[in-house]
Amino acid sequence: MGLTSSSTGSNLLSKDIEFLKEKCDFTIAIAGNPNVGKSTVFNSLTGLHQHTGNWPGKTVSNAMGMTDYKCKSFLLVDIPGTYSIMSNSQEEEIARDYICFGNPDCTVIVVDSTCLERNLNLVYQILEITNKVVVCVNLLDEAKKKGIEIDLDKLSAKLGVPVVGTIARKKKTLKNLMNTIFDVCSTNTFTRSFKIEYPDTIEKSIETINECIKDVLTDKKFYNYRWISLKLLEGNKKIISSIENYLNVKLLNNDEIQNALLKAKNLLENNGIDNSMLKDKIVSTIMFNSENTSLNVTKYKTSDYNKRNTIIDKILTSKLTGIPIMILFFGIIFWITITGANYPSQILSDFFNFIEGKLVYIFEEFNSPNWLIGVLVYGMYRTLAWVVAVMLPPMAIFFPLFTILEDLGYLPRIAFNLDGFFRKACTSGKQALTMCMGVTKLDFFIISLFVLHYLTDLPGFLQTTNIYYFISCKYYF
Amino acid sequence: MTNSSLDKLDINKCAKISTISCNGDLKRRLLDLGLVNGTTIKPILKSPIGNPIAYEVRGTTIALRKEDSKHIKIKL
Repeated sequence: MGLTSSSTGSNLLSKDIEFLKEKCDFTIAIAGNPNVGKSTVFNSLTGLHQHTGNWPGKTVSNAMGMTDYKCKSFLLVDIPGTYSIMSNSQEEEIARDYICFGNPDCTVIVVDSTCLERNLNLVYQILEITNKVVVCVNLLDEAKKKGIEIDLDKLSAKLGVPVVGTIARKKKTLKNLMNTIFDVCSTNTFTRSFKIEYPDTIEKSIETINECIKDVLTDKKFYNYRWISLKLLEGNKKIISSIENYLNVKLLNNDEIQNALLKAKNLLENNGIDNSMLKDKIVSTIMFNSENTSLNVTKYKTSDYNKRNTIIDKILTSKLTGIPIMILFFGIIFWITITGANYPSQILSDFFNFIEGKLVYIFEEFNSPNWLIGVLVYGMYRTLAWVVAVMLPPMAIFFPLFTILEDLGYLPRIAFNLDGFFRKACTSGKQALTMCMGVTKLDFFIISLFVLHYLTDLPGFLQTTNIYYFISCKYYF
Repeated sequence: MTNSSLDKLDINKCAKISTISCNGDLKRRLLDLGLVNGTTIKPILKSPIGNPIAYEVRGTTIALRKEDSKHIKIKL
């Protein structure tokens, strides 16, 4: 586990995206809130095994995968999960830049059917930018358990884009999704441009800038003038500079645009709307749209599931039982890891010792000098063997156990419980997981230190046995 | 109608958000999570040392620290 560059795809430069894009017929972006099963959908569609889990921020950069459907090849880009694409956190920027400027043939927005309202916020924000969208209502099984029913056809009519219901673990539902993606990519019938109606004054201001921008940008490939106007009006410098970079045009230095912007801002101020109020209005307009739509398409039935969950949550986080249960959980996990790892570690270590004997025998057959055997067998081979024997079994036990806790949704509760303590160290409860992993990685740290010691102290190579005892203390925890 | 801030709201009492009195990234974040004016919010869980507190809002649960929730003004 862990965010290695290969698991997140951050080693892939945008140049590589361009290269792959050339090779594929269509490019699909997969967007959504954190924790809605985006990576699961991505994995099932591509057959890739990017690590998924319900810890936010699993995908910190765009990961890519390819798939074929109906004789066409698709490049799927899994973009980081965000609640919004208006702010300036790193993930949101990556997500926004890709949706705006990556020019995907279709953007799939994965939404959590158990909290449609909050998810629709992102859907509306993306619909403001592009209408080549498929909304994938995921976790339908969870929603059913919670007594939530969603009218997908009605939602589709409201949003003006296709809506597909999925259960990411069931492959059948995903076929339907792929079919819809195929339709959106291969036909250009989705000409209906989506528009969120803002309050009158804001609409008029947008229109003022819009008129001017249309003239300036007539020959550019990005046609969503209304969105650019809105962002100019909002004055979000990061987004504006991204737009300027992408279109290779200076918007803010253009006199005509400056004039229009000034006129629009005056209009707003005359109506008592300053910049911070404007942002509020924009956000709340989108939010109320989501609220309305959600109310319109969702039906709630009372279910015992919610009640049971509330009770479990109370037990897991209460003053009296929260911390003891957590310690118990951790205790059990560490105990299983430590005692359980001893057996395979012993077997591995015996096996490696056996190989070591053989290696020494082979070297002696060739009359190798002692120092060479020391460097290669007692030094390099033995260290490597220890690392594998000591590290592999605990990792192989610890991570699956943690994944179970992750799947149960216990990790956010741990973060919630511990946040108060972690805050004192100026960090957040989310670090609890990282710290637990750190405990198991301590051995690795110590071994690395010894390897370093080897490499910087050549005569020490032959004193391997002393160090063996050092490491074995750690080996037995 | 009493005005108060969210950190002082009792567990399982509903309230409506009236204003958010901070600026910058925090405000943006809160708005992104759906905490706009007029939204109904209800504290449902306290963590073992009483901070953070989990709130039910727009059909989901989010946890906020007191330092953050004190910026959210509410109407009972």
